[in-house]
Amino acid sequence: MTFGNYTDYYKKDLISSEERKEFNTLNVGPTHPATHGVFQNVMLMDGEFIVETEQTIGYIHRAFEKIAERRPFYQITPLTDRLNYCSAPLNNMGWHMTVEKLLGIETPKRVDYLRIVVMELARIADHLICNSVIGVDSGALTGFTYLFQDREFIYEIFEEICGSRLTTNMGRIGGFERNFSEKAWDKIKYFLKKYPSKLQEFENLLARNRIFMDRTINVGSFPADRALAYGFTGPNLRACGVDYDVRVMNPYCSYEEFEFIVPIGQNGDTYDRFMVRQEEMRQSMSIIEQAIAKLDQLDDKETYFAQDPRFVLPPKEKVYNNMEALIWHFKIVMGETDIPVGEVYHSIEAANGELGFYLVSDGGRTPSRLHFRRPSFIYYQAYPEMVTGSMLSDAVLTMSSMNVIAGELDA
Amino acid sequence: MLKTKPHRNQLVTNKLIRQFAEGIEAKEMLADMLCITVQKEFVPEVLRFLRDDKELDFNFLTTLCGMHFPEKKQLGMVYHLHSFNFNHRIRIKANIKINQPTISSITSIWPSANWMERETYDFFGIIFKGHPNLKRILNVDEMTDFPLRKEFPLEDQTREDKDDSMFGR
Repeated sequence: MTFGNYTDYYKKDLISSEERKEFNTLNVGPTHPATHGVFQNVMLMDGEFIVETEQTIGYIHRAFEKIAERRPFYQITPLTDRLNYCSAPLNNMGWHMTVEKLLGIETPKRVDYLRIVVMELARIADHLICNSVIGVDSGALTGFTYLFQDREFIYEIFEEICGSRLTTNMGRIGGFERNFSEKAWDKIKYFLKKYPSKLQEFENLLARNRIFMDRTINVGSFPADRALAYGFTGPNLRACGVDYDVRVMNPYCSYEEFEFIVPIGQNGDTYDRFMVRQEEMRQSMSIIEQAIAKLDQLDDKETYFAQDPRFVLPPKEKVYNNMEALIWHFKIVMGETDIPVGEVYHSIEAANGELGFYLVSDGGRTPSRLHFRRPSFIYYQAYPEMVTGSMLSDAVLTMSSMNVIAGELDA
Repeated sequence: MLKTKPHRNQLVTNKLIRQFAEGIEAKEMLADMLCITVQKEFVPEVLRFLRDDKELDFNFLTTLCGMHFPEKKQLGMVYHLHSFNFNHRIRIKANIKINQPTISSITSIWPSANWMERETYDFFGIIFKGHPNLKRILNVDEMTDFPLRKEFPLEDQTREDKDDSMFGR
């Protein structure tokens, strides 16, 4: 049996003020081992049941939208790293594509495929953390420690590509800073070979496990119409049964050439969110394989940036020996390249939903306004509605399965 | 290579002009998106119409945010809507005078607007009439400034070790 929903009973008007005196107030957070980030929830409890909850957010607010108004475009990439830091390359690529849309840069196919490889690796790293943490919060630490080796390996791939691991600052406007090394390709291929069986083993640990199923099925379930009203996107929305995926609806970066399935759930509960992410990881693996096959078919093995001098640093030898190259180098580094007046909205399918960038340029060296559509910020609003009437331990599981990332929440 | 949907854009424009003739101030194409400026008094009605009309069916509020134009002494609101059925996105804008920064809340149309409007209030000082819980969300409650307005300094202005004029700011 499940303690799914006592929501009706706990609606405010049914509870008398005498009854209210019996309730306890419980502070969960701001730093609590079960919340995996800086979140505070002030919960009114009736024994183990949650009567009301109110979130306090903003503990790690860093005013990215304000800082971005004083930074040249390429210096905004490190800010996007720190939104959803579990999958920083996705944010980086989203930002680069936004600027390319404003500037009208068309990227070569090879750049698109390289980006897809990186983005899907980042998606796997993100889903992997989320799913293994669902395991941890339901008491199964094994899967978490086991899968962290694979996350480590993905970070090693990132290190091989761009030199850093967590906050990657990967790529440049128009492409990448350098071509992928042989070692990077070896590591990607090794990962593709090893990971599916480990993922399956991880799934075998949890998916049909009686305890795990009892703890997750019908826990934190949310109907599709409410999810849409609350602005859910990404795996959380797909778990409710709505097949909205930005990669399919508004393809960017040549996603329209790839074949993949958009997995959906039925009940929108914790178990469905877990299973949707599991399947998405498999689809990501298949997308990476397709991208590598497409890259092999291309004759060109060297292009890694668009032929646009405005944002791609010229090679160092040229900078030292060629005046034009020196001028471009200086202009790019000082952020003095010309930007057209205009405004664009670009969105990508980030690991936990539609990550949008609304960029307004007035022709200056910096954006005049940059707004991030952060998926966790929008769907975390629904948390009180999801957990009212459930038990405290279920609320913990609900939160970890929603994959709310503090950095993205607070910008 | 920007993908636009001219037919859908035309339909939206025609319907809005027919329904709210005096309320529509301007329309323009910005990159790949149709952008319609409406008078601020009309915002909730226009958004509700766009959501409920079966031919338009903008069921999803993608995001909303504030703007500040100091030289025009104006604040602005920007709403991004998305119709899943027709896979069509539009942008609705409204201008607000800075000495009278109020606009009606749209939380009754989309509950997801709740926090986004609180964030806009927090950073731009736009007051949303009819919002159930309009208080600061990311900044501390004691704050009196609205940090995303252009006059708000990014860094501590008493610092002397940094000279921004060297960098053309």
